[in-house]
Amino acid sequence: MSGKLFRNFSFLSATLSFFLLVGIFAILFTYAQEAMQEFGFDFLLSETWEADEDDEGGIFGGYIPIIGTLLSTLIAMTLAVPLAMGIAIFLTEIASDTIGKPVSIAIELLAAIPSIIYGMWGLFYFAPIVQSVFGGNGVGLLTAGMVLAIMVIPFMAAISRDAMNTTPLVLKESAYAMGATKFEVIKDVIMPYSKGGIIGSIILSLGRALGETMAVAFLIGSVMSIPGSITDPTTSIPVLLANNFAEAQDLEMSSMYFLALILFVVSFIIISVAKFYFLGRKVK
Amino acid sequence: MHRLILNKIVLVLSTLSAVIGISFLFWILATLTYKGVSSIHWSTFTNDLVEGGIRNLLVGQFTMAIIASVVAVPIGMMAGIYLREYGHGSKLASVIRNLSDVMMSAPSIVIGVFVFALFVDPFGGYNGWAGIIALAIMMIPIIISTTDNMLSLVPTELREAGMALGGSKHKIILQIVVKAAKVGITTGVLLSFARIIGETAPLLFTSANNQFFTMDLTEQFPSLTVSIYNLATYPDSESRELAWAAAFILTMIVLFINLIGRYAIRNKK
Amino acid sequence: MAKDKLVMEIKDFSFTYSGAEEPSLRKINLPVLKNKITAMIGPSGCGKSTLLRAMNRIHDLYPGNKYEGKINLYKEDGTKENILDLKKENDFIKLRQQVGMIFQKPTPFPMSIFDNVAYGLRLSGTKNKSELEGHVEKALKDAAIWKETKDRLKESALGLSGGQQQRLCIARAVALKPRVILFDEPTSALDPLSTGAIEELITELKKELSIMIVTHNMQQASRLSDYTAFMYLGDLAEYNTTEKIFLNPEKKLTEDYITGRFG
Repeated sequence: MSGKLFRNFSFLSATLSFFLLVGIFAILFTYAQEAMQEFGFDFLLSETWEADEDDEGGIFGGYIPIIGTLLSTLIAMTLAVPLAMGIAIFLTEIASDTIGKPVSIAIELLAAIPSIIYGMWGLFYFAPIVQSVFGGNGVGLLTAGMVLAIMVIPFMAAISRDAMNTTPLVLKESAYAMGATKFEVIKDVIMPYSKGGIIGSIILSLGRALGETMAVAFLIGSVMSIPGSITDPTTSIPVLLANNFAEAQDLEMSSMYFLALILFVVSFIIISVAKFYFLGRKVK
Repeated sequence: MHRLILNKIVLVLSTLSAVIGISFLFWILATLTYKGVSSIHWSTFTNDLVEGGIRNLLVGQFTMAIIASVVAVPIGMMAGIYLREYGHGSKLASVIRNLSDVMMSAPSIVIGVFVFALFVDPFGGYNGWAGIIALAIMMIPIIISTTDNMLSLVPTELREAGMALGGSKHKIILQIVVKAAKVGITTGVLLSFARIIGETAPLLFTSANNQFFTMDLTEQFPSLTVSIYNLATYPDSESRELAWAAAFILTMIVLFINLIGRYAIRNKK
Repeated sequence: MAKDKLVMEIKDFSFTYSGAEEPSLRKINLPVLKNKITAMIGPSGCGKSTLLRAMNRIHDLYPGNKYEGKINLYKEDGTKENILDLKKENDFIKLRQQVGMIFQKPTPFPMSIFDNVAYGLRLSGTKNKSELEGHVEKALKDAAIWKETKDRLKESALGLSGGQQQRLCIARAVALKPRVILFDEPTSALDPLSTGAIEELITELKKELSIMIVTHNMQQASRLSDYTAFMYLGDLAEYNTTEKIFLNPEKKLTEDYITGRFG
C-alpha cells in the first residue's frame, strides 16, 4: 500500500465518526418530522400515549417516559455519587497496595458486567428485597434507580479514582506536613485538585444512566403511567423504545423517533459538557 | 478531639462504601454461579434455542461480534492513526477526536434505532448484518480512542529515529509506532470486544433473534443477549433456567476477556 | 559550638524503607542547633531527603518503614521527647505543627492566597476572623511576600509565579510558628532571582526558628548555612561548621565532593 493511499484511508476512517454523528441526528430528525409537526412542543408535556383503533394515528406525548427517565436517573445519581466517592477515596487514600489492587480489579470487573445481567439479577434478587423494605410491587422507579446506581457506581468510582490519583504526591505531603488529617487532605487538597475529573465522572455516569436500557427494562415496570409514589412502576425512553419501537406504526413510530432524538440530543449535550468543560481534552 | 473523630468517620464510611461495592460483585457473581451452574447441562451447549439450548445463540452472538470487530478494528485503528500521526495538532483532528468521544457514550438504544431506520426498514426485516453494523458503530469510537491514546505514549524520538534512517512516514507508522503501541492497542481491542459481546439494546430491533441455527446474515440472527431478555421474562421455569445458564456463560465470557485484556497482557510487558 | 542550644538531636538513627533489605540510613548522629541553619549535602541517593523526612515523620504516610535509634525534639522548657516514640495520629499532627516542611516544588493548595496561609491555623483551631487576618498578614510579611499579595489575597494561589508560590508556602509554614522548618531543596525548581529571594528569606527566618536544609547546590550551602553535614551512601560522612567543611574538611571524600570531583 502506498503512503498516499494509507493516509487517505486513515483520513476517511477518521471522518467516519463525524458522518455517523451527523447521520444519526439527520435520520432521527427526519423520521421524527411527522410527530414534531403533529404535536410540536406539546409532545414534551402530554401524558397521553394512545393509538387510534385503525393504528394510523393517535395522540402521543412523551411526558411519562421523559419523567420516568429523569426520575430513575435522579434516584440513581443520588445513591451513586456518595458511594462512588467513598470507593474512590478508599482506593486512593486508605487502602494499602495489597488491599487496594484486588478491590480496584473487582470494581473494574463490576463495571464490565453487561447491563442485562444487572437487570436480570435485579429482577429476581434485588426487587423482592426492595419490595419487602419499601413496599410496592418490587418493580418500579425505586428498584430501577437503585440497580442503575449499582451499575454506574463502579464506572464513576474508577474515573474519580484516576482523577484523584493525579494529585501530586508532594501536594498531599505538604498538607500532611502542616498537620492535616487524612480527611482534611482529601477535602482541602485532593478534592479541589481533581474537581474537574470528579465532576466529569459524575456527568458521564449521568449520561450512562439516562441512556441505559436493559437494566431498567427489567425493573421499571414498563407501564405508561405517572408514578404516584417512588415505588410505583412507570417507563423510560430507552425502555419504551426497547419494548415497543419495532411494533409501532406511522405516527406512533415517528413519535418513538422523536423520543430517540430527544434522548440523543440530551446525551450529546451532557457528554459534551463533561468532556470539554470538566474532563478537559486529554490530548497532550 | 473533633477533627480526629470526623476523620475517623469519613475513613470508616469510605471503607464501608468499598465493602458495599465489593459485596455487590460477589452477590451478583454468586447468584449467577448458583443459578447458572445448576441450570447448565450438556445439552445446553449442543442444542439450539428451539430445543432448549444455546448453541445457535453462542455461535450467533460471536459471529456478529467477530465480524463487527473485523470491520471496526481496522477503521478505528486507521482513524486513531490519522488523529495522532497525520492530523495531530490540527483543528480538524481535535474536532473529530471530540466527536468520537461523544459517539463513545451515545446511548446504545439510539444506535439501534438509527440502524433500524437505515438497514432494517428498507430491507424488509431484521437481519444479521444490521446487528453487525450496530455493534461496529459502538466499537469504532472505542478503538479510535484507545489507538489515539496508545500512540500518544510512543516517544517522538522513535519516530524521529525512523525518519533519520530514511523511512517513509506510513512505513514508520506501521513498522515502528504501531508496533511499539501493540500491547496497549490489543488490550483496547479485547476490552471493546468484551463490551460489545454483552450488548443487548443495539441488537433488539436490528438482528433481533432466531430460535434456529443459521449462518445466513440476511435473516434474523440468533443472539444470546436478546434471548436472555426474552427468556427471563417468560413465566415457565425451563425458560428461566435457560436464561440463568445463558447469563452465567455470558458473564464468564465477558469477565474472562476482561481479565486477559487488563491483567494478563499488561503484566507480560 | 558548645554555647549553641539544641533543638533537635538525631542519635544512632537508622532507617529502612518498607520492603528493603538494607537500611537507607545507618547510625546517624547529628545535632540541629537552635536559631542556626544546618545544611545537608551529598550526592543523589545518599539519604539526605530520607533523613529530613524522618524528622517530621512524613514517612509514616506509607506503611512498613522501620526506624531505629532516636530523634529528640527539645521543648522550650528544656525537656526532650523522642519523636520516634509517637504513635497516635494526634501526636503526629502536633509534631508536624512544630516541625514544618518546604518541598522541592512549590505546593500551593488549590485555594486562595489567604486560605493557603490560614490553612494550618484553621486546622489547629483558630476560628476568629480578625485573629486569622492578623496572623496571615504577619506570616506573609515574615515571608517577604506581603507587598506582592496584599491586594490579591482572595485570588487563587495558583496564579502566583513559582518563586512567589514558594515564598507563600514558607509563609504558610511560618504562620504555624514552628520551632524547626525542614527545607527539601527549596530552590531547585526556581530561577536564580527567585532563588536569591528565598535564600535571603531563609537567613532572615533563623532569628525566629531553626532550619535544616537539604541542597544539591554547594554555593547555596556555603552561603546560607552555619553548619554542614555531608552525607554519603546512607552514612553521615562529616559534620562541622560550614566554614570547616568547605575550607578545611577532615575527610578526603568530603573534599572530593565539594570540589566537584564526583556527585
